Amino acid sequence: MNKKENSPIRVVLAKLGLDGHDRGLKVVARMLRDAGMEVVYLGLRQTTEMIVTAVEQEDADAVGISMHNAGHLTLAPRMVQALEDAGLDVPVVVGGIVPDSDLEAMAEAGVAGVLGPGASAEDVAKCVREAVATRGE
Amino acid sequence: MASEDSTVISLVEKASKGDRRSVGRLLTLVERGGSAAEQVAEVTHNLSDKSHVIGITGAPGAGKSTLTASLARDLATSEYKPAVLAVDPSSPLTGGAILGDRVRMEEASEAGAFIRSMATRGHAGGLALAVPGMVRVFDAFGFNPIIIETVGVGQVEVDVASAADTVVVVVTSGWGDAVQANKAGLLEIADLFVVNKADRPGASDARRDLELMIDLSQLTGQTIRRPEIVMTTATEGEGLDEFKKAISEHREFLFEEEQISVRRAKRWKAEVSSRLDYLISEIVKESIENLEEKEGSSPGSVAREIAKNLLKKDELR
Repeated sequence: MNKKENSPIRVVLAKLGLDGHDRGLKVVARMLRDAGMEVVYLGLRQTTEMIVTAVEQEDADAVGISMHNAGHLTLAPRMVQALEDAGLDVPVVVGGIVPDSDLEAMAEAGVAGVLGPGASAEDVAKCVREAVATRGE
Repeated sequence: MASEDSTVISLVEKASKGDRRSVGRLLTLVERGGSAAEQVAEVTHNLSDKSHVIGITGAPGAGKSTLTASLARDLATSEYKPAVLAVDPSSPLTGGAILGDRVRMEEASEAGAFIRSMATRGHAGGLALAVPGMVRVFDAFGFNPIIIETVGVGQVEVDVASAADTVVVVVTSGWGDAVQANKAGLLEIADLFVVNKADRPGASDARRDLELMIDLSQLTGQTIRRPEIVMTTATEGEGLDEFKKAISEHREFLFEEEQISVRRAKRWKAEVSSRLDYLISEIVKESIENLEEKEGSSPGSVAREIAKNLLKKDELR
């Protein structure tokens, strides 16, 4: 049951935990919308459980989480794990401040892509598209 | 086809055991349309028609989401299992959409309400086909009531909300004077009015204008039951109890006065009509695809010729 060409990719966007910097998330939401995707915007102070619930109910194709509080090494793997535990084959893309030295650890934890502050609208859309394309592999 | 068949059957099986992810998948299949959607419709058709369907519509920023969220939260914390279908417009330029209703529905979601966001996806008639189908999925798997929330801007958005058992129209103060109230078709479909942001100046004027408009409608005999008007300040939680009470009173009216079957018959007919529209528009699309302009033949005569041939067609997909 492949996606029909005309149905847009659905992405859940959120910030995990106590991190109030949501400007980046709003910019990314707009970029993805303009790339023709449907963004289910959850906003601030979400838990991994809330995101899993949203993915299930919205039948989302990908999760985007934004992090600006240096929590990525703890929270991103937890997010990947929570989706896996729920039996959901949905890639996680992380945006925000992630030092280069942490990229390997993020990939090992199963994060499908990392987007830094310099990412263009094309980069963001491409990263999500590629992450979704690898689903089920 | 065979794999699609078995997928739908197994999803239905899991959904009827309470698996919410399967409900989410089925909603997607209906939303996408096509043969899988037809199949889901066949399966869910006989399982549904038990739930109370509430449509909430109104201008952007009137407070629909906040009211919906509060209603859904309350229902979920009492003995109900509510579902919300929140429809937001797609960008006409890119086809993408930002669906932000869950932000306000966090508490409702945590209390157990099933919330599904949906974009209009631009294709004319698509929404009119998908929404009733998605409502039926919720209905078939025990969600009750089902709340459809739409922006009351496009005709289709208004139509899908007005196909509900109980139609709520949300207005705010300063939305227009009495003349506007009579002009606006949006107001004729309401079973219940909410004047939200009632703490702002002009709210009582808005109420008076609505009362006047309802008086006139009654004069011309258009209403069976006088729509109630509820004043709320949704963000402060004021008037919400009255709002919920008015909804359940309308529900009682529907069931006691046997209006519910009238509504459903109307809804059934409307759905047949949108399906017919869709089927015909697909055939039309197909038959003009390879059409080339012929010199000397008017568009009208070509169209009549095509229609003549089409009406002999006996196969439909």
